[in-house]
Amino acid sequence: MESIIERINQGKFWHFHGGIHPPEQKAITSDKPIKQLSLPKQLVLPLQQHIGRQGDLLVEVGDKVLKGQALTQSSNPMAVPVHAPTSGTISAIKKSVIAHPSGLSELCLFIDVDGEDTWKKREICQDFSRLSRQEIITKISDAGIAGMGGAGFPTHIKVNTKPDINFLIINAAECEPYITSDDLLMREQSEAIVDGIKILDQLLNPAFILIGIEDNKPQAIKALQQATKHIEKMKVCVLPTKYPTGGEKQLIKILTGKEVDSGSLPINAGIVVQNVATCYAISDAVINDIPLIRRVVTLTGKALSKPQNFWVLLGTQVNFLLEQAGFINEENVPKSVQKTHQSSPPVIMGGPLMGFSILNEQVPIIKTSNCILAPSKVEMPSAFDNSSNEVECIRCGQCADVCPSQLLPQELQWSAKAKDHQQLAKLNLFDCIDCGACAYVCPSQIPLVQYYRVAKAEIRQQQQLDLKSEKAKARFEARKLRLEQEKIARQEKHEKAAAARKAAMNKKSADGGTASSAVAAALARVKAKKAADQKKAEAVDSNSNTQDSIETSEKSQVKAAIARAKAKRLANEQNAKPSTESNNQDNVVDDKKARVAAAIAKAKAKKAAEKESSTIEEVPSVAVQSTSTEADDKKARIAAAVAKAKAKKAAEKKSSTIEEVPSVAVQSTSTEADDKKARIAAAVAKAKAKKAAKKESSTIEEEPNVAIQSTPTEADDKKARIAAAVAKAKAKAKAKAKQASTTNSEE
Amino acid sequence: MNILIAILVLGVISALFGALLGYASVRFHVEGDPIAEQLDALLPQTQCGQCGYPGCKPYAEAVANGEAINKCAPGGEDTIKKIADLLGVDVQPLDDNHEQDDSSQSNLPKVAFIIEEDCIGCTKCIQACPVDAILGAAKQMHTILADECTGCDLCVAPCPVDCIEMRPTPETIQNWQWDLNKIAVKQIG
Repeated sequence: MESIIERINQGKFWHFHGGIHPPEQKAITSDKPIKQLSLPKQLVLPLQQHIGRQGDLLVEVGDKVLKGQALTQSSNPMAVPVHAPTSGTISAIKKSVIAHPSGLSELCLFIDVDGEDTWKKREICQDFSRLSRQEIITKISDAGIAGMGGAGFPTHIKVNTKPDINFLIINAAECEPYITSDDLLMREQSEAIVDGIKILDQLLNPAFILIGIEDNKPQAIKALQQATKHIEKMKVCVLPTKYPTGGEKQLIKILTGKEVDSGSLPINAGIVVQNVATCYAISDAVINDIPLIRRVVTLTGKALSKPQNFWVLLGTQVNFLLEQAGFINEENVPKSVQKTHQSSPPVIMGGPLMGFSILNEQVPIIKTSNCILAPSKVEMPSAFDNSSNEVECIRCGQCADVCPSQLLPQELQWSAKAKDHQQLAKLNLFDCIDCGACAYVCPSQIPLVQYYRVAKAEIRQQQQLDLKSEKAKARFEARKLRLEQEKIARQEKHEKAAAARKAAMNKKSADGGTASSAVAAALARVKAKKAADQKKAEAVDSNSNTQDSIETSEKSQVKAAIARAKAKRLANEQNAKPSTESNNQDNVVDDKKARVAAAIAKAKAKKAAEKESSTIEEVPSVAVQSTSTEADDKKARIAAAVAKAKAKKAAEKKSSTIEEVPSVAVQSTSTEADDKKARIAAAVAKAKAKKAAKKESSTIEEEPNVAIQSTPTEADDKKARIAAAVAKAKAKAKAKAKQASTTNSEE
Repeated sequence: MNILIAILVLGVISALFGALLGYASVRFHVEGDPIAEQLDALLPQTQCGQCGYPGCKPYAEAVANGEAINKCAPGGEDTIKKIADLLGVDVQPLDDNHEQDDSSQSNLPKVAFIIEEDCIGCTKCIQACPVDAILGAAKQMHTILADECTGCDLCVAPCPVDCIEMRPTPETIQNWQWDLNKIAVKQIG
């Protein structure tokens, strides 16, 4: 490590393989200061502006938000919150086009800017050295800082590391042509950047801090050297200009001579790399409590009349920026026509080598957008030419010479075209950093890097599918196992139940003949009832109108009750007639009393006889009727359900034979249905038996009651008797209130 | 005499090797069918049953035993090609019975969706789902676990109220594919 520092002190550096020297084009914007923009009318904030996951929404449509207020919160370590860049009202939360090469829509927050730019309450921290490590990390995480160099990796994860850090490398290379946002930031905010680096130093405690900067930014170098003059640990390393010096692994190689293994992260080699703009954001967040709500964006290209760097609020739409920078419409076609026109002037987000052209100028600036490039036709003719000029590869090998990752671009290209993913993996496609140097030098104008991008996306997709199929397989196996277990469990249960039944039967028969005969009688009854059920169910099925059948049965019952009531009334009247007569003529004729008494006696005898017979006749009928009336409803419903299930099953069976659906499923369902049916039938039979027994006992109990009631009636006169009769009738009709009311009305 | 010795020596040698092979076959016996396992790994694991077998593994076993290799509709040409490579047989076009219509819609990955207002909670789809990707109980509304759904279609037919439909999975940034014709990153001259 000492030797590394010695070399650096001597101004000697290592070299990475390949690299190119494209025209820099930085002079377009590097001589103008960063300009503050007026507030746009509307801001569009995508919920996800970084690698990882989006946070959970904290606001609703219509909410007033203050500048710097958090709009989402992170529930996941890989999630980073977004904040309101200025005060205003949330006007919508909907899908909108985002800054992504696909031009797809993602969930965005729309803020109507109120123009007041009111800050939330801030707590400015004068001395960050007093903050604990965890406090600083929480501040960074809450400020929503993600790597501002391009990838947008959540910074709080990158700085929250345990192992010993040898080097903290600050990436100030800014190697891509046209872009000058970091350059200008370093010139104007070098103190704040150094503060940010100090905070990182406190967190990571590295042995050395190296600031890698290309030699084409003399003013920025001077500013940084000035700011770091008194800090022993920090070294500003001025590197020769070469693209892509700013690549993470390339910068590490240049500064330390170390190569990070394929598929490994720099942290494993004890190195952390942070972008210089990220350092600025960290100092702003920790010291001034300003979350990441704005960034420097370079607006450049010859199609702009006023190219310059701007402080842009996140969420500002590109068309607003282009307007501010004086976008010249070369073809002089009105905007509206242009939209439909094939060759609308291209606008590129990011640099000319690694950026992507945006399909829609409504896209917002996000945390990782550092440049908007609007080239003129003279400047970049290829951007206006939609047809590809690709010709066959001539195997010149220039691409392999310039590849900073030491890959074999032409081999990769062939494998990518053939979609040979295995071969691509062997050729280490995933070490490709998408720098585009190969495509830049290709004399055949093959867009090599685009082929790799496609292949990478395909491989990622395939990996996702493989993962999914693996999961599906596991779930399928688990389900099969579960079904098997359930089947076995069911079988066991059935066997157990059968054994228990057998044991019970044996025991009962051993108890004696009476018990067994009772069981036999019960079984017979159950069978008879089941048969009746079945019949009824069939009837219900044919009618397919359970309500109707219930009603008819109810009606017949009502009729029977009415008939009974009438018969009884007749008898009562017969009884009462003589007594009424006697009552009426009580004081008139005396000896009539004797006759009346005789008549009463006769009537009583008759009634007693009648009662006997009627009780004999009626008791079972009442019992049966009441059971049927009570159980009727339920029974009918169960019967209907059974009938429906049967019909469905029959249909299913039919369809299954036609379609030949895997029989396993059908079998399982049918066995399940059978099981259920049997259980229901058993339950119904049991309930019926119980009810019948209860009724029998209750009628037996009631008989003496009736007798007791009739005894005093003997002594009393007819009024009491009539009352008793009414009471009896009521008691009988108790089961159905409707029935009783009909009887009453008839009476 | 010489010929007898030759016969004897060769006989002894063959007996020796026979014994060795016999021992090896017992000692290094492999449980299961390794070919079927490899085939199973190639299949898409949608468990859709379109091949006529109840799941991917049974079909893999059947292919190992000589079943036609062109019955996997979800896998399509790619899977057939891989199976053909593995088994060393000719690539066959997809079975006519399983031919998908070539419209771009049919080739998109799909996921089942339950129209929840119409669901009566009959659990029939739950019983049909090969990967337990439907959540619900009797007389309760069901729903699909979209992440687990393989898009196999098996739940669509049993639904008595036709409340399940197959919808193409929406294109997101995560599953978006670069389209070479659409990319226009410009190289500076």
